[in-house]
Amino acid sequence: MKRRSLMKSALTAVAFTSLMASTALAENTVLKIGFVGVTSGPAASWGISNQRSMEARAAWINETGGYKIGDVTYDIEIVSFDDQKDPKRAIAGMEKMAQEGIHYVVGPNVDDGAAAVRPVAESNGIMYFPYAFPKSLYEAPASNAVLGMVANYQSGPAIYKYLMAEKGVKTVAFVAANESDPLSQRTGGIEAATALGMEVVSDNVTYQVDTTDFTPVLTPVMRAQPDLLVLSGVSPANAPQLIRSARELGFQGVISTETAQDAGVLAEGAGDLANGFISVGGASTPELSSPMMVEFVERYTKMFGEYNDESNTKVYALEYILETLKADPSAITDVDAFKTTMDTFEAPNPYMNGDAKLRYVGMSSFGQRRQVSVPLVVNVYQNGAFETLFVAEVD
Amino acid sequence: MEQILANGVYLGSQYAMIALGLTLIFALMNVLNFAHGQMYVIGGFVTYTFYGQWGVPFVLALVMSCVTLAILGALIERYLFAPVIKGSAREESTMLLAAGIAFFLDAVILLVFGEKQRGVPKIIDGVFNYDFKLIMPYDRILICFLAILSIVAFIGLMQYTKTGRALRALAQDRTAAQLMGVNVDRYSMIGFALGAMLAGLVGGLLVTITGVNLGMGGPTSIKAFMMVMIGGAGVISGAIWGGIILGFMEAIGLALLYQYGDITYLLIFVSLMIFLAIRPQGLMGKPWG
Repeated sequence: MKRRSLMKSALTAVAFTSLMASTALAENTVLKIGFVGVTSGPAASWGISNQRSMEARAAWINETGGYKIGDVTYDIEIVSFDDQKDPKRAIAGMEKMAQEGIHYVVGPNVDDGAAAVRPVAESNGIMYFPYAFPKSLYEAPASNAVLGMVANYQSGPAIYKYLMAEKGVKTVAFVAANESDPLSQRTGGIEAATALGMEVVSDNVTYQVDTTDFTPVLTPVMRAQPDLLVLSGVSPANAPQLIRSARELGFQGVISTETAQDAGVLAEGAGDLANGFISVGGASTPELSSPMMVEFVERYTKMFGEYNDESNTKVYALEYILETLKADPSAITDVDAFKTTMDTFEAPNPYMNGDAKLRYVGMSSFGQRRQVSVPLVVNVYQNGAFETLFVAEVD
Repeated sequence: MEQILANGVYLGSQYAMIALGLTLIFALMNVLNFAHGQMYVIGGFVTYTFYGQWGVPFVLALVMSCVTLAILGALIERYLFAPVIKGSAREESTMLLAAGIAFFLDAVILLVFGEKQRGVPKIIDGVFNYDFKLIMPYDRILICFLAILSIVAFIGLMQYTKTGRALRALAQDRTAAQLMGVNVDRYSMIGFALGAMLAGLVGGLLVTITGVNLGMGGPTSIKAFMMVMIGGAGVISGAIWGGIILGFMEAIGLALLYQYGDITYLLIFVSLMIFLAIRPQGLMGKPWG
């Protein structure tokens, strides 16, 4: 009898607790934001840093009571889909987002995936934030894609100009993986370097994306003896090996890329050989990071065990989506309202010190505001950490 | 030319080591182990953890990679492949199982080691430079030497030990070996463990040069299959020759054809297709299997 009473009490307690928990969860309406990108294979680092940035920020928002848009407070739910860097999978991912009634999606991470999902996004009223550079995605008549970072044709010229003025760089060589993104970035880099008057001494050396030893790849490039070696569109997995091979082959010049990198990965893979390596980052260095950025890094690290410096750029997309929806709550279901708001939207940038703003840019490059204004922070790697070389803005 | 030869020997030796484990497992059990690349990656991560993270001496870390993979291989054979082979006459059952294990190991690697590229401190500093005609970092020379030494040791094991003779007997004719008193179940497990151990060994060796990341498993398996196909499936010497040939083709292609873009692998694949059309059993395989 006593045991039966105990079981009844326990069951009642469990039921009550479950009811309380579900009531607590149901307090806020759920706002789903999608992510379609690569979270497996050699480029997994790109997509996982996206996904984890979104999840860390969403958990933070939910933990602190939700996100108020208009009169409603929302809990943020991130719905993720691994496209495996395959355009067909990216389409399937975007279709899944449409089926779930999601109107705002971050990704895809690469050019062909971003191009492939365009019809699905446009026909289902989805705004998406790719990390891909083809201008056709952002120029009219296209209007649903918003570039989530600084493109290489924007950062490249700034870096080359700096190196010409400060380091006396005159000749340049380009190396790229044999894939659409790195190859198109190489083309953009060659055009920019040529326009600035640099001499391109090697521009046709490529490597398979699964290459693990770059000494044979770089040997012919080293014969050209460039002042600057540009690793076009290099993935964080390949960058340390390329740097290491180049230095071991006796290369003394400057090495740079226009993609975001991780200091820890460079330290482990190339050590001191990576000193002087130039890359692009977000609000990454201590002098630029606001207290909110510092807290984001702490929360991300606590949640996933280790921070990824690529998230310095990837942290922005979700913030832009939420802040824009806050500026016009009707945009939650109406992407046309979102597009209209983009033209005048402005909010403080919570991740950077100073008076930096969140706003949409891209008039110079795309003729319409279809790019998030991420600070163009050019970093140089030095002894295990990034130092800010210079900061610029994209119009 | 000196650089091409050196790159060819270096690439060939590491490729041969990767292919050895795969072909051993195929020879013994007729299993196409699609998870071989993932085993290689785990081997790299184990050495990374022991040597790179915890500061354990490199040789000891390498031993840990071998032991970990040998145990993993033995468990996989005993509890996954052996029951499937006994319960299903269809070869695709083991292929599907191997593919499933590959996906599973990928997920485990992501959970345990994360998505980032990992690297370890160099085991030897310095670069051998012969008048800029031949440049080779000392650590690559050492790894090349260790890879060749491991291949020789493996051949010795297969030729001159009781275990090696039993494994060869098993590879030649499973039924006849059983009739001669070879404990087929036991040696199948030992053989699979040995194959997995070789993957772990090469993963541990190469993490000092190439680093390691989550996505390396699939491409490594594909390259290993190419080498096995070139040399002849299930033939140990074939895997070695397959690795050497692929290594030299890559070194020559990258050195001489770079001005035409990335056509080295295109030509390698075309050559492989033509070669297999003429000699489907590979260089050293037998037409009857």
